[in-house]
Amino acid sequence: MKFRLSALALLLASPAFAEGELKVYHWFEYIPQELVDKFTAETGIAVTIDTYDSNESMLASLKAGKLGQYDVAVPGDYMVQIMGAEGLLDTFTPEELPNFGNIDPKWIDVPFDQGRKSSIPYQWGTTAFSVNRDVYKGDINSLSMIFNPPEELKGKINVLDSQGEVLALGSIYMGIPQCSTDKTQLKALSDMLVAAKANWASFGSDTAKDVLVSGDAAAGMIYNGFSAKARAEGAHVEYAYPKEGYVVWMDNMVLLKDAPNRDNALKFMNFLLEPENAAAVTNYAAYTSGVVGVEPFLDEAIKSSPETNPPADAPAGSFVLVCDEATQKLYDAIWINLKK
Amino acid sequence: MAGMVPDQTPSAAGDGYRRIVGPLLLPTWVVIGIFLVLPVALMAVYSVLTKEFRGGVDWQFSLAAYDQFFLNRGLFGDEPPTLEWTYITIFWRSIWQAAMATALCLAIGFPTAWFIATRPANTRGIWLFLITIPYWVNLLIRTVSLKFLIRDNGPLNEALMGAGLIDGPLPLVNTNLAVQLGLFYSYLPFMVLPVYAAVERYNFAYSEAAADLYASRWVTLREIVLPIVKPGIVAGCLLVFIPSLGAFLAPDLLGGAKTFMIGSLIDEQFKGSLGNWPFGAAVSMILMTLVMIALLFYARSTAKGGAA
Amino acid sequence: MKGVRHYPGFLAITILCLVVLYAPLLVIMAYSFNGSTSITTWGGFSLHWYVDVFTGAEAARFGQAAWNSLTIAIIAATASTAIATAAAVAMIRGGTFRGKRATFALINMPLMVPEIVTAVATLIFFAMIGLTTGYLTILIAHITFCIPFAYLPIAARLQGIEGHYEQAARDLYASRWQAFRLILLPLMAPGVVSGYLLAFIISLDDFIITNFVKGAGMETLPTAIFGSVKQGIKPNIMAISTLMLVVSILFVTLSYLINRKGRRAP
Repeated sequence: MKFRLSALALLLASPAFAEGELKVYHWFEYIPQELVDKFTAETGIAVTIDTYDSNESMLASLKAGKLGQYDVAVPGDYMVQIMGAEGLLDTFTPEELPNFGNIDPKWIDVPFDQGRKSSIPYQWGTTAFSVNRDVYKGDINSLSMIFNPPEELKGKINVLDSQGEVLALGSIYMGIPQCSTDKTQLKALSDMLVAAKANWASFGSDTAKDVLVSGDAAAGMIYNGFSAKARAEGAHVEYAYPKEGYVVWMDNMVLLKDAPNRDNALKFMNFLLEPENAAAVTNYAAYTSGVVGVEPFLDEAIKSSPETNPPADAPAGSFVLVCDEATQKLYDAIWINLKK
Repeated sequence: MAGMVPDQTPSAAGDGYRRIVGPLLLPTWVVIGIFLVLPVALMAVYSVLTKEFRGGVDWQFSLAAYDQFFLNRGLFGDEPPTLEWTYITIFWRSIWQAAMATALCLAIGFPTAWFIATRPANTRGIWLFLITIPYWVNLLIRTVSLKFLIRDNGPLNEALMGAGLIDGPLPLVNTNLAVQLGLFYSYLPFMVLPVYAAVERYNFAYSEAAADLYASRWVTLREIVLPIVKPGIVAGCLLVFIPSLGAFLAPDLLGGAKTFMIGSLIDEQFKGSLGNWPFGAAVSMILMTLVMIALLFYARSTAKGGAA
Repeated sequence: MKGVRHYPGFLAITILCLVVLYAPLLVIMAYSFNGSTSITTWGGFSLHWYVDVFTGAEAARFGQAAWNSLTIAIIAATASTAIATAAAVAMIRGGTFRGKRATFALINMPLMVPEIVTAVATLIFFAMIGLTTGYLTILIAHITFCIPFAYLPIAARLQGIEGHYEQAARDLYASRWQAFRLILLPLMAPGVVSGYLLAFIISLDDFIITNFVKGAGMETLPTAIFGSVKQGIKPNIMAISTLMLVVSILFVTLSYLINRKGRRAP
């Protein structure tokens, strides 16, 4: 057994003449292995990938003592801001990334990292909902499908088990700002959600796709790429771009503080800003890249997917905002009250 | 607290192990003492510290976490405090689910353990493996498959409807019953194996003697077998009940996660959006205190049984 | 006669128990041969996912993860069963001693602390004492939380064994170690086997604690599986699970053959 272990260790460290290494903290199966191999082949840098299952568990384990072990991580938009505020991120200058100019200009001055000092776009998408068109045939372009559903959908709705997205979509539905401190607005939001919950069958994020495919749910809050996969698996679902608005999210690659291999981290980030490489991630994950010039490298199915191409009259989406501590406490209370 | 238990009562009778109790317990004390008690002591301290926004703690004393657990100050924290029922309800719900799952495990697990223990000695090992083989598959995958089976249009409902036993599908998914089923399925071997270990030792001469005295099988089971194999049953119940209290996979996947359970509540404090470490620590401390009290009551009630 | 051993209905319940245990496994096996990427709709028979497991881009990582899981489970179960056996002998046969009840609470503590708390607290602790997370930290954590799972069946078994067997052996001038090895251990064996199996499956299945105390590049099967849910569970996980079952059945068959060869009851 000892022999076997060391043999495997050798195998893993195979690029023996490595130009150093890179430690990536990433979601599992969110980057194609071929792309990592390509990076190693081009630069000689050995890449180790460690995985996590949610933004929050990554934050918790970095705060509990793993900071300094990794070079880059891939947090969602709001998490970039939180990590920045927590001092978990290092900064770089655009000059350090020759491909910085490839970033889509609309994703440079993002609210969670103005001017992109610590992060680059990885993939982005939207969060709204999908409806099974066999069950409900009417117009679905309103968040009322979830929050005040028609008779056909009552009791057959799955909602993401995610405080940020549920409360943000609820606020958008009611037309109240995120991070509101107005007591009447918050009370109304809380009451609306409690009333809507009576029509929901389940909360589930990881299962959002499967419940639609299996028919356990006839409508469900979902990420656009996930809905595309549900459709590909045979579910007769349509993804809505509701008229009230919807949530936009973006995963970003960040440079972590105390990165043991800062230079290699920047090489990797630069590598991911090459349109061809960014497209490879998109083809794999079925979301949308934040890099310009990826179109020639995209698969046809991805390019033409209705989930990633909002109709012309769709309103703009909004990021889930990060509230200050006092305000967040109110939203936490609403969420606990909803699920108690 | 630190260190080993010194051998306080050297026995004149020279009972084999009395004199080496210390060395025998040393590994347990060292491993659990260092790698669990110390970290958990740290958590106990965390529960009375000030929460840092988004996880972590400030080293400043605060009872805010316990206040949040026990006192309701309204949505905006400006009402006069009343007793907070939210978390007590969550505790009660979890305890109830865990108790039902334990009862279910016992109802199925005891006969199974008995059956295995009465097989020829050289096949019992195979039976034990048969019980544990399914657990080589990850819990998440097993739970997902269980959900597939009990879905409204899943195989179970179709079979029942096909047999004409029910008219419409039994709504199982997203119910409390599904959660109990899931917990039962998650922890069944934790009941079967300890009970088996105890029953296997049972001397059937007792049963024969009882039968000679015209006791029925069931009277024998209740009056003679159960008291003798009780340690195994208690061990099984502990191993099913306590992990069930903190479980969240079955409640989330099968129960629809519409309401918090203790497990998901604590989980949210550390790796969910709520990010309140002191509160998560406090809830854990309250849970541990409850379980510990129950356990020590049990230990006291069995201690009078003499040598045990 | 077997009369007193037989209870009507117990066989039926055992069969029910096995059906409940194995029915979900049939789903897993069936869907490992699914031609589509879904785990809920059937897309025709295909060996695609098995090919994927061995030759796909993630093959090496899944293989490594499975290897880590198995070796950690074996080592952790062995170590914790040894520790628990010693503890059970002391607790049940050691008479009364000071701190007995505290020890009882201590042994059961890993069971009582919610996993996520153990996870976060242990990681903080490892960071404080400067232990880098990796294979060793996972192993330490697993040995710790496996102890009560091994201890409880062993102790339950030991409580049913009267002391006079060993006393007789000691009277015949057997050393304490001989009396333990030749008399008590064989009598305890079903408890030890039960404890070992429980410790093994609890270690093999652990996700929450492992997820926190693992280090860079270190993956176990549960962390790999949970990590992949963001993209949705695919039938490749079903194929891996089926392969794990095959491995477990190989283990069982092997141990059965070894036992039969040695003409000893398992």
